[in-house]
Amino acid sequence: MSKAEILGNIRRGLGRSEPTDGERQRVLSRLQAKADNLIPKRAQLPHAEQVELFKSMALEAAAEIIELDQIEQVPAACARWLTENQLNELVSASDEALNQLDWSPLGEIQRVQRVAQAGDMASLTTSFAGIAETGTLMLHSRSESPTTLNFLPDIHMVVLQRSTIVGPYEDAWKKLRAVHGEKMPRTVNMITGPSRSADIEQRLQMGAHGPRTLVILLIND
Amino acid sequence: MQIKSPDFKKNARIALQDVGLQKALGNLKAGFPVKRSIAVDRMPEFEDLRDEARDLKNHILGNLDIYLEQFESKVIENGGHVHWCRTAEDAQKKILEICQEVDAKTVTKGKSMVSEEINLNEYLEANGVQPIETDLGEYILQLREDHPSHIIAPAIHLNLEDVSEAFHKHHKRPKSDDPAVLMQEAREMLRKKFVAADVGITGANFCVAETGSTIIVTNEGNGDLTQTLPKTHIVVTSIEKVVPTLEDMTLFLRLLARSATGQEFTVYNTLSTGPRREGDQDGPENFHVVLVDNGRSEMVGTEFQDMLRCIRCSACMNHCPVYGSVGGHAYGWVYPGPMGSVLTPQMIGIEKGGNLPNASTFCGKCESVCPVRIPLPKLMRHWRENEFEKHLTPSAARYGLAGWAFFAKRPTMYRMLSKTSNWFLRTMAGKKGKISKLPLAGGWTDFRDMPAPSGKTFMQQWKEGQR
Repeated sequence: MSKAEILGNIRRGLGRSEPTDGERQRVLSRLQAKADNLIPKRAQLPHAEQVELFKSMALEAAAEIIELDQIEQVPAACARWLTENQLNELVSASDEALNQLDWSPLGEIQRVQRVAQAGDMASLTTSFAGIAETGTLMLHSRSESPTTLNFLPDIHMVVLQRSTIVGPYEDAWKKLRAVHGEKMPRTVNMITGPSRSADIEQRLQMGAHGPRTLVILLIND
Repeated sequence: MQIKSPDFKKNARIALQDVGLQKALGNLKAGFPVKRSIAVDRMPEFEDLRDEARDLKNHILGNLDIYLEQFESKVIENGGHVHWCRTAEDAQKKILEICQEVDAKTVTKGKSMVSEEINLNEYLEANGVQPIETDLGEYILQLREDHPSHIIAPAIHLNLEDVSEAFHKHHKRPKSDDPAVLMQEAREMLRKKFVAADVGITGANFCVAETGSTIIVTNEGNGDLTQTLPKTHIVVTSIEKVVPTLEDMTLFLRLLARSATGQEFTVYNTLSTGPRREGDQDGPENFHVVLVDNGRSEMVGTEFQDMLRCIRCSACMNHCPVYGSVGGHAYGWVYPGPMGSVLTPQMIGIEKGGNLPNASTFCGKCESVCPVRIPLPKLMRHWRENEFEKHLTPSAARYGLAGWAFFAKRPTMYRMLSKTSNWFLRTMAGKKGKISKLPLAGGWTDFRDMPAPSGKTFMQQWKEGQR
């Protein structure tokens, strides 16, 4: 009822009746074309410069970056960081890339694989891409990587492979379609730095409801 | 929210004398416009992006029915539901129905201006469902039984003391005047509520027709917890938010944060596509999109269609001298500032909203910063004409305009009159060059002196060859 009225109003305003299949297809061809709009120059650099841009933009957004030579160093880096911050548990995603690592460097620190719960201090996930333009991480949901890991704990540690850093957002969408086809993952999270709010007197405070700290483990593979 | 727009003049007078409000508005003026300007300078393509965004929105509006139906079919394909709601009441009822279906006691909410527009919180509460605002600003307002005065910084009219007071009263903790401590308190208080909620309601900044996704943009992460933890996620949004592809959404995202807070990008940009998938360990089991019309479809094809390009960034109000002087509550309804002055009369009627399009000096700043180039002053002028045609303009203004029109149509008399009043004003002002009291102009001279005309009239100068 409402739907017919709303569409009727729109069509009356546009001065036409219900579009024919041909007219509809002509408009919807835009969805097949998926053409880029203007992409800023800063996002069209050679890869090495994109990586530098990613780092400087992520730091500007108050993320921490730990650079590692290979993914095998992730457990030791996590252990160091968690020990320094006196934490004894890491809630982790269960991706193959993480599970195959030797986690013995964690020692006393527990690595558990589950959804995040209120009170969890630190989580670890991988990321799908890094977007240099604004120092943004792209993550997406799947059974191995529950979305709550990205938002509920105080500290979110994210593994980012250097090779997955792209210039503009558009390249990340292309990558996503290449892997997932036409069906999007249930949720895609673009994350730029840790949570914040300036709702009290426009004074910026870090750590509103999401993680207070975002640690990017950048693997220079 | 009760409509108080007919009292704009009274509201504005009170606001101008409100010391606390004036202090708070100072924070706005020193913040957003400066940050926006820096962000724009860092993006050399900004003006071109604005042109593209305007053209793309026009293309979308020209095919709005097609894109909306496409969006709907993709949401359904992904296991979600779409509910089309013609009026605010339809939307209220539909949302309550979904809440009742899952026997919801509490509902967490991300920030949503459409939910303000349909007065959702009061309606849910009256029907036994407790809404909990989770955006820090909105949470503060809910504790104070207050309403947003700005579309992205809802509590901009408050000072630290107000927040401190409200938290002390409701949290029963020692009073603090440290914003960091206050935010920590809110974080702790809301954590349990996020986890316990049966339904999460968020808005949407855009709806993507290609994928059937909705996207929210937040800095706090509250919207993400709101839509991830409960079993049911309801997106309440409006029909003009649809965009064709992810690439098209990206064009608007590049403009949104820079125009709004002056950030390069908002911290969390999150896409939701249907309910949780097989094997997913978290995420909502039910996904609903409530598409609200509430007068928008009637704007298509009219002189107000351009307003449907709005992406709710708030740049127009951040730069508006009127908003900056009286704040958002003076406007008396949900949407304040220049965008509100155009949208409000459409939604509550020009009879009640007529003061708003008149509350502008037409300085043009709003149009000059609008990311989608909405000609806001022109649209406000359309409302003034509309009001005049409906004989709603106050009689003093009507007589004044009629008097002016009488002379304007008779150039000889007009020139004589302007020459005489020019002489009269200069004589009155004397050597000071300023007039401190003028009959019928008390609204001006009570607060400041009126400068006298500085020389001869334009026509006199023209005749004397001073071109």
